[in-house]
Amino acid sequence: MTYSIQVKDLTLNFGAVSVLKTMNLDVTEGEFIVLLGPSGCGKSTLLNCLAGLLEPSDGEIWIKGKNVTWAEPNERGIGMVFQSYALYPQMTVRGNLSFGLRNARMPKGEIDKRVARASEILQIGPLLDRKPGALSGGQRQRVAIGRALVRDVDVFLFDEPLSNLDAKLRSELRVEIKRLHSRLKNTMVYVTHDQIEALTLADRIAVMKGGVIQQLAAPQEIYNRPANLFVAGFIGSPSMNFLPGQTLDGGRSFDFAGTRIDLEGYEGGAVGTRSKAILGLRPEHLLIQTQPEPGRTIPATVEIDEPMGADSLVWLRAGDLAMSVRVPVEQRPQPGQAVHLRVDIRHASVFDSETEARV
Amino acid sequence: MTVQLKTAQNPRGPRPRRILNPTRLMIYGVLIVAALYYIMPLWVMVMTSLKGMPEIRLGNIFSPPMEVTFEAWGKAWNTACTGLQCEGLKVGFWNSVQITVPSVVISIIIASVSGYALSFWKFKGSETYFTILIFGSFIPYQVMLFPLVMICRELGIYGTLSAVILVHTIFGMPILTLLFRNYFASLPEELFKAARVDGAGFWGIFFKVLVPMSTPIFVVAVILQVTGIWNDFLFGVVFAGTKNWPMTVQLNNIVNATQGVKEYNLNMAATILTGLVPLTIYFISGKLFVRGIAAGAVKG
Amino acid sequence: MAHAGKPNPLFRNLTAKVATLPMVVTALVVFVGCSLWTVVYSFTASRSLPVNDFVGFKQYDRLFSTSRWDQAVGNLLIYGILALIISFVVGFVLAAFLDQKIRWEDTFRTIYLYPFALSFIVTGVVWQWILDPGLGLQSAVRSLGWDSFTFNLIASPKTVIYALLIAGIWQGTGFVMVLMLAGLRGIDEDIWKAARVDGIPAWKTYLMIIVPMMRGVMVTALVIVASGIVRLYDLVVALTDGGPGFASDVPAKYVFDHLFARANLGQALAGSTMMLLSVLIIVVPWAYLEFGRKKGR
Repeated sequence: MTYSIQVKDLTLNFGAVSVLKTMNLDVTEGEFIVLLGPSGCGKSTLLNCLAGLLEPSDGEIWIKGKNVTWAEPNERGIGMVFQSYALYPQMTVRGNLSFGLRNARMPKGEIDKRVARASEILQIGPLLDRKPGALSGGQRQRVAIGRALVRDVDVFLFDEPLSNLDAKLRSELRVEIKRLHSRLKNTMVYVTHDQIEALTLADRIAVMKGGVIQQLAAPQEIYNRPANLFVAGFIGSPSMNFLPGQTLDGGRSFDFAGTRIDLEGYEGGAVGTRSKAILGLRPEHLLIQTQPEPGRTIPATVEIDEPMGADSLVWLRAGDLAMSVRVPVEQRPQPGQAVHLRVDIRHASVFDSETEARV
Repeated sequence: MTVQLKTAQNPRGPRPRRILNPTRLMIYGVLIVAALYYIMPLWVMVMTSLKGMPEIRLGNIFSPPMEVTFEAWGKAWNTACTGLQCEGLKVGFWNSVQITVPSVVISIIIASVSGYALSFWKFKGSETYFTILIFGSFIPYQVMLFPLVMICRELGIYGTLSAVILVHTIFGMPILTLLFRNYFASLPEELFKAARVDGAGFWGIFFKVLVPMSTPIFVVAVILQVTGIWNDFLFGVVFAGTKNWPMTVQLNNIVNATQGVKEYNLNMAATILTGLVPLTIYFISGKLFVRGIAAGAVKG
Repeated sequence: MAHAGKPNPLFRNLTAKVATLPMVVTALVVFVGCSLWTVVYSFTASRSLPVNDFVGFKQYDRLFSTSRWDQAVGNLLIYGILALIISFVVGFVLAAFLDQKIRWEDTFRTIYLYPFALSFIVTGVVWQWILDPGLGLQSAVRSLGWDSFTFNLIASPKTVIYALLIAGIWQGTGFVMVLMLAGLRGIDEDIWKAARVDGIPAWKTYLMIIVPMMRGVMVTALVIVASGIVRLYDLVVALTDGGPGFASDVPAKYVFDHLFARANLGQALAGSTMMLLSVLIIVVPWAYLEFGRKKGR
């Protein structure tokens, strides 16, 4: 397997604060990796280190089999797209696209050829002689992508490229980036805090927190089998319901505030007996019914519901715990109604309270 | 002046209920009285400079001239005496130009590069030096005057244009560096990063990316420096040497000469001439001047 | 291309370091070096040339027993306190009034600020003429028929300091006003809406809410104006030349005269060290506050 990017024991400290903690990450050629996490998790820092815009305290970065840890950004064979577009306001679109090539003293014919190709791919040909100030947000971001494109590099770095756009444009450009990837087959490293972008774009997602990769896996894997409580809570909207309790009978059932739930059919490892554990249930993996089923349901009272078009999000109270359930809008119960929540145990996750890891 | 109000599109303070109420009248009254106090010296200056001496001795300083004469202006420019020389203010004017132009250019070049380096290329200790520099700008010049004289003597430039240019460059640096640093720091850092990915180096980023988009701040810096250096008295009198004295020093010598009859019309004409360059800049630049002093001061 | 190892940190961003060299040299040699030199040599018996003859606090003893220095310090105190109060009160009132959606706001502002573009020398010379007892304001009012009108600040040692004050206020208040106006404009409009909904009268809103919110601008203006006052020199030279006698003398002029006219270096350096001390008393607490605030954030 050829690696496009290898991050080896990368560490970065700002004074006493450690932003990246001995990080390791291998990206295969042509892969689309999304770095996902809340702000301050180190995802942008990692990207800036890959670009050579930040110097690591320790560790190495290899791109295309070369150690580039101390190389200048333009020597690394990367192109980068920024959140604020970062277009040079006094240059035309053409000037913006060709600035890097002119700095590299590339012959004019070759520059023109590359600019033409990039503007053809991104359909920005008619804009070439305008200044960035005269462009819309979406057009600006296209130009910013074009600036990475003309460099004809193997690795694209995206730093929250769609965060400044409104919802509609964001979904349009998301599709466009995906199309670009399938056409160019470059390696792409994409930083975002938006899980929809991560789930839709990525071949693999690296969920980060506190300068550490919490889980690196394909989107479906992350969604269905979150490695720990943080990943489980961060991915999915609304958030997963966490039921505190304990496991009984060597891991055959779960006790939540006196309600026993069968763990038969749980698709994880051996659960075992744990005096403190957490059962994680996504809102779409619960069913509202009127009849109790021993070992399968949790009694709850409906508080409010939030209809959202096709679905409705129902908020309930089970003991002291607030829970949410997603139901089709025509099946929503009345507030105040006492109901029973049926657990789909195949999609549940059990976490150890101490280690917070999935069992 | 009639007080006439339109409803404000975008009220800031409390909006007036009625078109003409006592509070509004009081506000306009105070503003107008204050304006008269501020305008009065300019009026007196111009009126006096246009009168002949006999009329000045008899008349009232506020009254306009009965007979307008520009004689005092000509004398002030061409033949007014400072000490033993009687070549007029024009000598001082050209000295001031020779001092101001290089000082402004050199100090802005150095300060813009320093401000750029400080905002994008931080290295260990750079902020410390900058803090010292800003603190230093509060130190009274008298404290550093004599050591600077000694340094200039060592360099063999004491009493020359070079000395006064050097001193102006030094003392212009804190405020200008601060001005440029704050401006560059307000630009998106991603622009700088993008330029680095595009392979531009320290000077490439500065000249190709930052300078072309920073015209306003350079204009503000020029305004600030031209006004400040043109108006300087202390450094001119100490460092420039007698034959290079700037206009302010000459003006003071003309007006406060102890011998001879006082020619007030000539004095006022000389005063206006000395104030003309900064006043012109002020009236032309308007908002930029205000922006300059506010930017330089509000976030010190 | 790819570098094998970590480059020497000394040569990292080398161009940037070279480019900031003028700033570093100025900071260290001029602002630190020259100031320290002055402090050190204020303890010597230097006359026209600096000598290494250290005499302890002798220069300071002489300084404090000199009536001219006492006069200069006293003048500066009166001038400084009054100038600060007046320019802040007037500056704030003008700014607050200008902030009421006034017609000709730009014209008013231009008029209030233009003296700030003029040098102290020009300011001093103009006011010397206006305050001239024989032909200036006093005679103009008398010629209108009010024969007993007296406005002769310049000739009397007791009042000459107020002549300086009038000229100084004229030159500098516009600057304070502009800063205050910038501060007022920086305040969230919703504050005004909230105050109006709560039915708080405008003057009370200014006093209880707006002024405290403008603390930052106020303190900055105070530091700048106050450290400018300590330097007061050109205006005195042009308006009164320190006279009559030494009645309008100020520390900066005392230092200058002893430095150049009187060739008494030790005295001059002791005087300037005292000036440095007074500026430090103004600036250090402010810097401490600013620094403390930044750390707290």
